[in-house]
Amino acid sequence: MTETNLYKGYKGRALEVLKHFRAEVWSEVKITTTKGEYTGIILPRSQADDPLHIVLKLRSGYNIGIAAGSVTAVEIQGRKEAHYKIPEKEFPYDPKKPRVKLLGTGGTIASRLDYRTGEVIPAFSPGELYGSVPELADICNLETEKLFGVFSENMGPEQYIGTAQAIGREIEKGVHGIVIGHGTDTMHHTAAILSFMVQNSPIPIVMVGSQRSSDRPSSDAALNLMHSVKTAAESDIAEVMVCMFGPTSDIYGLLHRGTRVRKMHSSYRSTFRTIGDIPIAMVSRDKITPLRQDYKRRRNDKNVVINTAFEEKVSIVYYYPNMKPDIIDSLIDNGYRGIVIAGTGLGHVNKPLYPALKRAQDRKIAVYMTVQTLWGYVQMYVYDTGRDMMELGVIPGANMLPEVAYVKLAWVLGQTNDLDEVMKMMLTPIAGETTEREPSNGYLIFQGGVPEVEEFISKYRK
Amino acid sequence: MSEFVFKPFEEMTPEDYAVVGFKSGLEIHQQLLTEKKLFCRCPAGRYSTTYDAEILRHMRPTLSELGEYDGTALMEFKTKKEIIYRINRDTVCTYEMDDTPPFMIDEDALDIALGIGMLYDCIMVDELHIARKQYLDGSIPTGFQRTTIVGVDGKIPYKDRFIRIVQLGLEEDACREVSDVGHRRTYLTDRLGIPLIETVTAPDMKTPHEVAEVAQMLRRIVRSTGKVRTGTGAAREDVNVSVTGGTRVEIKGVPRIPRIPLLTYNEGMRQWNLLRLRAELARRGITAQTFAAASEDITKVFRKTQFLSIQSALAKGMTVYGVRLNGFKDLLRWQTQTNTTFSQEISDRVRVIACLTTLPNMVHSDSPGEALTSAEWQMAKKTLNTGDEDALVIVWGPEADAKLGAQEVIIRAKEATIGVPSETRQALKDGTNGFERILPGPNRMYPDTDLPPKSITTERLERIRAKLPPYIMTRERWYKEIGVPADLIQFLSVSPFANLFERCANDWDLSPKLVSVVLVQYPKRLKKKGLPVEKLNEETLEAVLKAVKEGKIFKEGLLPLLEQVLASGKNLDELLLPKATERELRESIEQVVMSLKNRKFAGEESRMRRAMGLLMEKWRGRMEGTAAALKLSLFLKEGQQ
Repeated sequence: MTETNLYKGYKGRALEVLKHFRAEVWSEVKITTTKGEYTGIILPRSQADDPLHIVLKLRSGYNIGIAAGSVTAVEIQGRKEAHYKIPEKEFPYDPKKPRVKLLGTGGTIASRLDYRTGEVIPAFSPGELYGSVPELADICNLETEKLFGVFSENMGPEQYIGTAQAIGREIEKGVHGIVIGHGTDTMHHTAAILSFMVQNSPIPIVMVGSQRSSDRPSSDAALNLMHSVKTAAESDIAEVMVCMFGPTSDIYGLLHRGTRVRKMHSSYRSTFRTIGDIPIAMVSRDKITPLRQDYKRRRNDKNVVINTAFEEKVSIVYYYPNMKPDIIDSLIDNGYRGIVIAGTGLGHVNKPLYPALKRAQDRKIAVYMTVQTLWGYVQMYVYDTGRDMMELGVIPGANMLPEVAYVKLAWVLGQTNDLDEVMKMMLTPIAGETTEREPSNGYLIFQGGVPEVEEFISKYRK
Repeated sequence: MSEFVFKPFEEMTPEDYAVVGFKSGLEIHQQLLTEKKLFCRCPAGRYSTTYDAEILRHMRPTLSELGEYDGTALMEFKTKKEIIYRINRDTVCTYEMDDTPPFMIDEDALDIALGIGMLYDCIMVDELHIARKQYLDGSIPTGFQRTTIVGVDGKIPYKDRFIRIVQLGLEEDACREVSDVGHRRTYLTDRLGIPLIETVTAPDMKTPHEVAEVAQMLRRIVRSTGKVRTGTGAAREDVNVSVTGGTRVEIKGVPRIPRIPLLTYNEGMRQWNLLRLRAELARRGITAQTFAAASEDITKVFRKTQFLSIQSALAKGMTVYGVRLNGFKDLLRWQTQTNTTFSQEISDRVRVIACLTTLPNMVHSDSPGEALTSAEWQMAKKTLNTGDEDALVIVWGPEADAKLGAQEVIIRAKEATIGVPSETRQALKDGTNGFERILPGPNRMYPDTDLPPKSITTERLERIRAKLPPYIMTRERWYKEIGVPADLIQFLSVSPFANLFERCANDWDLSPKLVSVVLVQYPKRLKKKGLPVEKLNEETLEAVLKAVKEGKIFKEGLLPLLEQVLASGKNLDELLLPKATERELRESIEQVVMSLKNRKFAGEESRMRRAMGLLMEKWRGRMEGTAAALKLSLFLKEGQQ
């Protein structure tokens, strides 16, 4: 074992003291300090923590930190290294149940915690998942494949392409539905790009994650998994969807269209919302209740089209008052081929940016406008400034969400350089990314404090 | 095992407790007096039963270190409870709802906890690590309590020895349970998150009375800081009890210390009697290996029953299960606690785990009673092949629950062959206790990855130490030496005005007796008169005592003055009138004597008393009583001459 591992995470004074007493991590020790005596197990220390303390797990299960400088003696009494493993139980096979494939990208939809260090160990094999969420066996025959092991914020083109190709393979193999475990932070980016890369899917493709990790008794992970697996196995919705909590209560999940969904709260369980429209369906442990009928239906063929084009030189610019043109200029100078602007109101930026937009136009860079209000359409005719910008080549992106416009532009530019062709593809909806109309219930943001809303919340456990 | 049989509570001697090896330790939870909660910025200590919203959650067991489900976890999962949280916007934010990560620990709460740790003579922790302690009963929406150790290895002197303080924790309080019926448990969330310290003693108490005494002492020590909450529910005791050969059993939620002796006595008796039951089973040849039982759906036996409980259950389509316990005849009547038998242990488990909460939830053949007809008993026994040496237990409820209930009957009966199961038990009003849940294992603790460790500096500790009250016992010894009345000592030492007392007695040289009466007795007397004593702050008391010291007022005037302050709400200065001058006093005496001149009295003594009364009415606090009395009596004598 390397020295780094023997004194895992320790540095500075604490490391010196441990080395001096040859007290490696996992040693059972009696530590004498200038203040008194402690008995326990020396734990690894988190890299980010200070170099002054030694972490001891007491018999009661509590951890405490001891000032390394106060240690006068360490008596090593034994060693108790723990290796944690998720218990595996064979996932039962039932020929009457549908086949569902779970693809893992690295999010910890199912995991458990190393009780001593706090490290999260993902549960992923069917056996491990069955050990954690046995209810899954009532729904389907589950197969799993780990595609990557990255955090959600590190997902990128390589992973998008890999996932799309994996989906194509699974459809070819004839699975009934696909579930994709994903970190929640960028789940909506991935949902959007998969909506473009995977065309004409005959089966449901359901993305799922959790807002409370599954090492917590109150986790939403198990229920999200059940909901998503049920959707993949049983629903007739053959689209890319995000399946996450509807309300914060453990009551039902919502199925959001992959191109209209967004993470809207940094920590709430019910963080994913469909923007500018209503979700496709509700899912509970008992049933799937469609909320609309205009979704693509499940089919028996395997005629999926996988198109993994992706141009990396595309960016989103979130406009703010007083933005200077050098922001745009630097993108131009760095060879970007596409820019999505999240503009104010109906889709505006300030005048000082115009020369930069003109340069972009001259360099044949595709520039698309979206709105930072998220809800509503871009409308650049209402004010002169909008018209001016269109003159400068900025194309209104209708009600495409900024992140969706970003991944779509990358996908389109990966296929053609012809700006007319780009525009045609950008403005033709492929997977519901723009809609012709916003229904009157597409903008329901409950505003607390209003009596009707309070009554609703108190009655329905939202 | 000794042949000892528990005597009635009053007759038990310390020697008797020594015979059974009675040992008890305390876990005292005490809320701290802070403005805010421990890990969020909601107000602490504000309670209301009204709520704006409800949310619904379930708790899932997570795997323990060895990949096994913890006993408690499994039990709670078996119960399949829906947990409802009632949310009041004013007292709860998204943190308590487990929809927002924790904020940094409340520094005030930490200061108070560190101070108390020093009072306990603990070794203070150099770096705090926040842990998560799992709770699957739903009492905390996250499913765990955030908790940290601030000090270990303390001690407090008691009798001729020390009671060891194992550790002092700082943690967030849990929800208040509203109801628990069937598969639904409801909680109010206002109390959730209030800072709390948990004091854990070693099992150093040898009799039930010692447990109560130590609990009182610990309570008074923490109160001496003036920084803990008081009132209903602000302090709650858990008591751990074991006897030789028994198991550590935790009795939760003892609301009042005077209940402790009877509760711990009953638990000692319960364990002792369960051990005797095990011996009896062994005598009958029933051990964990030979134990046998069977259960079966016997709904059909009761199609025409007149027993209301089963009748109405059947009307709702429920199921009846019978359980045969081989060789258990008469053992369900085996006494466990005062007026409580072994059948209660079984019924409790069925209630809690199978959610058969409507009582009675079972009947058994050891007390057949009037409930079922003998024909029904015969039939049920026959269906289950119950022999003369066996016992039969009958439970009913929704199919799945009744089946689970039958399994629990078997599980609990089998545990009798092992002795005392590790359980958390609930304090009941009559001094006995009932099953609450399986005692959680040590594996339910794990690090809270949401919060970084927090270093506790020596400077911080010294700053807190400088403001600590002297250790309460030291204080009390000193009170005794300087002549504080014995009945006031214990009140004064934990009074929020204890520091003021010290200033008065040490620096101002006022009589300790007078000051202690003013600080302890006067607020009580004023409260009896219905005055708002909560407005009586240290400042006011300090001002009046200062007035005494400076000779601006006599001690007789203190109580009426405070009364006026509280009743009128006026400033002390406005009410503090100058002392009577020699001349004023002389004139008053003359007036009083004149006014009484033509009145008849039983004797001169009563004339004197009446005159003094009138004089006091006018000058109370503004003249010195003894001197005035002397003057008055001289004047009266002069008049006679």
